[in-house]
Amino acid sequence: MRTILAALAAALLATAALAEEQEIKLKAGPGLDKVEANCNACHSLDYIQMNSPFLNAAQWEAAVKKMIGAFGAPIKEEDAKAITEYLKANYGG
Amino acid sequence: MTMTRRGMLKAAGAGAALAGSGYAIPKALADALKLPAALSEGTRAAAVLDALPGKKPLIKLSYRPPNYETPIELLGGNGITPNDAFFVRYHIADIPEVDAKTWKVKVGGDGANGTAELSLADLKRMPAHEVTAVCQCSGNRRGLFSPHVAGVEWGYGAMGCARWRGARLKDVLNKVGLKQEAIEIVFDGADNAIVQKTPDFVKSIPLAKALDENTLLAYEMNGAPLPHWNGFPARIVLPGWTGTYWVKHVISINAVTKPFDGFWMKVAYRIPVNKFPTELFKTQTTDVNTPITEMVVNSLITSHADGAQVKAGSAATLSGIAWDAGDGIAKVEASSDGGASWKPATLGPDLGRFAFRPFSFTTPPLAAGAHKVSVRAENKKGQKQVTELILNPAGYHHNVVQTLTLNAA
Repeated sequence: MRTILAALAAALLATAALAEEQEIKLKAGPGLDKVEANCNACHSLDYIQMNSPFLNAAQWEAAVKKMIGAFGAPIKEEDAKAITEYLKANYGG
Repeated sequence: MTMTRRGMLKAAGAGAALAGSGYAIPKALADALKLPAALSEGTRAAAVLDALPGKKPLIKLSYRPPNYETPIELLGGNGITPNDAFFVRYHIADIPEVDAKTWKVKVGGDGANGTAELSLADLKRMPAHEVTAVCQCSGNRRGLFSPHVAGVEWGYGAMGCARWRGARLKDVLNKVGLKQEAIEIVFDGADNAIVQKTPDFVKSIPLAKALDENTLLAYEMNGAPLPHWNGFPARIVLPGWTGTYWVKHVISINAVTKPFDGFWMKVAYRIPVNKFPTELFKTQTTDVNTPITEMVVNSLITSHADGAQVKAGSAATLSGIAWDAGDGIAKVEASSDGGASWKPATLGPDLGRFAFRPFSFTTPPLAAGAHKVSVRAENKKGQKQVTELILNPAGYHHNVVQTLTLNAA
């Protein structure tokens, strides 16, 4: 049971049973735009707040790698780098 | 399903006081949520009270996929958690609303003799069985781990106990018949991942567990249809084992002749071998780790939160719940002097060996000041809660004896 990203974006908006999601405002900083553009496609950004500030630099790096490697997130390499740097700088322990 | 939002209580949000160096959530807001102090600052800042459609306001940890835990006062001190307060846990975010009229579950697999498709009406025509059982997320209390581990940072409320009713899974499997070679039964639900490469949430259980008389394909919870967020129209109920196997919105049940090797079995939901006194899932065990299986014995005070005020000079009556994987609770003991002395708590009604067992106890008169109160449970097999956390990479099986402070004034 899979769907593709584009179809899903529309489906998500159309599925009334979804939680009425409040916008998560992460800390301003370089790379936030990449976080919002990539991470937010599959999960709300409260996952980032929730897992802070205890993940250290190596653990944030591992987390981003896991999203790409284990969960198949289609994130461009340069975006992944920017996301990792942003998380380390703003939500690192 | 109602499509309208029943209500929402924003107690604190991302915008709330992310000032200065820390995340300092205003104390009054944290108190209103009764968030355990051991949760990370980021978790305390992200958690808000929020109501999913059809649910009471629960503690929202993530909106999408939805992960909402039950505030302790709604867990059900009488042993039963109401449907509208039952916790919600998903791994992937495309969660369709299933139409009961068209829903069907496919039964088959290479370990089956044939295939079948059952509608909800078909399922309800089969002999019904009922079991009262605790459904607890493997990672319940993960947020209390020290050091913290990554994941959904649950406090105490990623669990609930309900009266589940449905067909026995073994009767469902009998519709197709199993081959001698069948070793595991695999479940998929209607929920989907957002991108194609994300592993779909699919789980397997050992054949023997699938054939256990208490394992159900359940369509009712506490006498009502399953809430959407808890698996409508039918979910797996696997009493004694952690919630990860209780697949929701089940659309396929397959008997297999080789160990199922999906991500959610092979990589996720694993614990180190020999660290916990729990049953081994033999066909999935490696030299290093093994899937989480049964719950470990545990207890929780539900009448008072940490830091609660009580009347100085008076005795305080506390109550709570204890549970295990189905051997049943033998005793609960309580201490109101920081663990120096322990006295038996009074056990409440026995709703069955897989259920929450209510308990209560009364402290001696409490002098003004802070008092450390603890509870510890033991099951009928002699297993006890631990006093020191057993560390494991994914933060499972937290059953450290709970201690809370009562402030007598």
